[in-house]
Amino acid sequence: MAAILAVTEQRCGALRKVSREAVWAARQLADGLGGTVDALVIGAGGMDVAVADLGGAGADRVLVVADASFASYAPDGYAATVAEQAKRGGYAAVVVPATATGKDLAPRVAAKLDAPLASDVTELGVEGGKVTVARPVYAGKAIQRLVFESAPALVSLRPNTFVVGRAARAGTVEAAPAAGCAARVVVTETRAAERGALDVAEADVVVSGGRGMKGPEHFALVEDLAGAFGNAAVGASRAAVDAGWRPHAEQVGQTGKTVSPQLYVAVGISGAIQHLAGMRTSKVIVAVNRDRDAPIFRAADYGIVGDLFEVVPRLTEEIRKARAG
Amino acid sequence: MKIAVCIKRVPDTETRVRVASDGASADEAGVKFIISPFDEFAIEEALQRREKAGAGEVVVVALGPEAAQETIRTAMAMGVDRGILLKADAVPADALAVAKALAAELRGGGYDLILFGKAAADDNSQAVGPMVAELLELPCVTSVVKLDMEGANGTAQREIEGGVEVVRFALPAVLTADKGLNAPRYPSLKGIMAAKKKPIEVKPVTLEASRLRVVRLEQPPSRKEGRIVGEGPDAAAELVRLLREEARVI
Repeated sequence: MAAILAVTEQRCGALRKVSREAVWAARQLADGLGGTVDALVIGAGGMDVAVADLGGAGADRVLVVADASFASYAPDGYAATVAEQAKRGGYAAVVVPATATGKDLAPRVAAKLDAPLASDVTELGVEGGKVTVARPVYAGKAIQRLVFESAPALVSLRPNTFVVGRAARAGTVEAAPAAGCAARVVVTETRAAERGALDVAEADVVVSGGRGMKGPEHFALVEDLAGAFGNAAVGASRAAVDAGWRPHAEQVGQTGKTVSPQLYVAVGISGAIQHLAGMRTSKVIVAVNRDRDAPIFRAADYGIVGDLFEVVPRLTEEIRKARAG
Repeated sequence: MKIAVCIKRVPDTETRVRVASDGASADEAGVKFIISPFDEFAIEEALQRREKAGAGEVVVVALGPEAAQETIRTAMAMGVDRGILLKADAVPADALAVAKALAAELRGGGYDLILFGKAAADDNSQAVGPMVAELLELPCVTSVVKLDMEGANGTAQREIEGGVEVVRFALPAVLTADKGLNAPRYPSLKGIMAAKKKPIEVKPVTLEASRLRVVRLEQPPSRKEGRIVGEGPDAAAELVRLLREEARVI
């Protein structure tokens, strides 16, 4: 039996969406290898595991580690706990979401287990009893296909990539122990960004502005359009960030974030190769630009050629109307 | 203050990627190589810390081919004191194999701070820094956007989705630098001249066998041809109709 461990993620006691994605991906591996899925939930207790329905995403067991020191991310304690569980369970693979937490956690676990790690994976499979993955490299300009030559295979999954289906499994909840370990670093506080908004890497819709915005004051247009969608995050091109118009957390592209939303709207962005690399896996791409020859139109599914200062307010109005009706 | 900065030689981010004849790696012919952009934030932070302390040494360590000496020279032109090249023909996909070689070099080096860029612009694993920290049993904070040090005690802010985490740690420690931490300097002409005389120690390394094998490198699936819906604000209504009825995303 080749059991798979899926590491979930909670914030303030609520399981994040990536948790079900990790469990679902683990389910695919378990089915390929003929095994079971354990979902690992780490927190301070009182986590709403039932609401997340991890059994419905494919977990046979849900192992809950409740420890007062695990309310927010505790890098050393989480890593030790995952590594200990991985050793106890003798898993063939450990699946972690490639979020800010997961990207910090997975390499620590890999080093503790002396196991190879494939990060930010977008496809997962089994061939000849071995775990195989695909991952974008060069910020999506190429796809690398890899095979694990040893177990356990550690994999971190790009958020928003795995579409969770239905897998009716028991999801039996059991308690699991926290590993005792000295904390070398301590998270003292978690602060929401001033805008308190959605992160570009996780939003279903991203509206980004570029050099064509001509100045930070005009980003209100982009924010209004994002607001009209209701569930959109505001992004920016490198040019807009380097000019100091927007915070770097919003930068989309090779030296910023890679995003895969359902809808990406590029406003006043010409489409430099490093920007296209960061958003080309979006499901649908819309571009508004005054230059018909801008490279962004070659990446876009739908384009409007025109002055963004005229087009965007009208688009905002039309989106509002469509969503209201 | 003795600081190590681990850097990587990567293709320029404006480069198009072509698959090499082996079908598993990128063709390097005619490609310009640079210091991975996030590593520049790490170098800048090290230089500023040394300048603030008024004394100390900044050492860059690169694992890569002979040509990575040029990457080390660029770091030296920014102000880094000396360089170490861990010479390997190729950098494997197994980040842990790389981390072990770096950890072996850094262990016992007496470094107060070991810095990395958040991610390498080529493989974007974001793994080697925290792996090295684990192997050396040192405190580690990743994706640092703000850093305050008071003596040996540090407070770092690391970026998370929609906010930051505030993290306390003590030196010696491993940090990975994110964009926003500082504004990397450009090498000065004086710096470029001085870099030519600075020492680079070349140490051939034998890496552990990679347990992650690259089967193939592929071009990403091409997107289907898009279309211009129209010109000017009057096209907005038609675009919204298409997003709703054809693309079904609103």
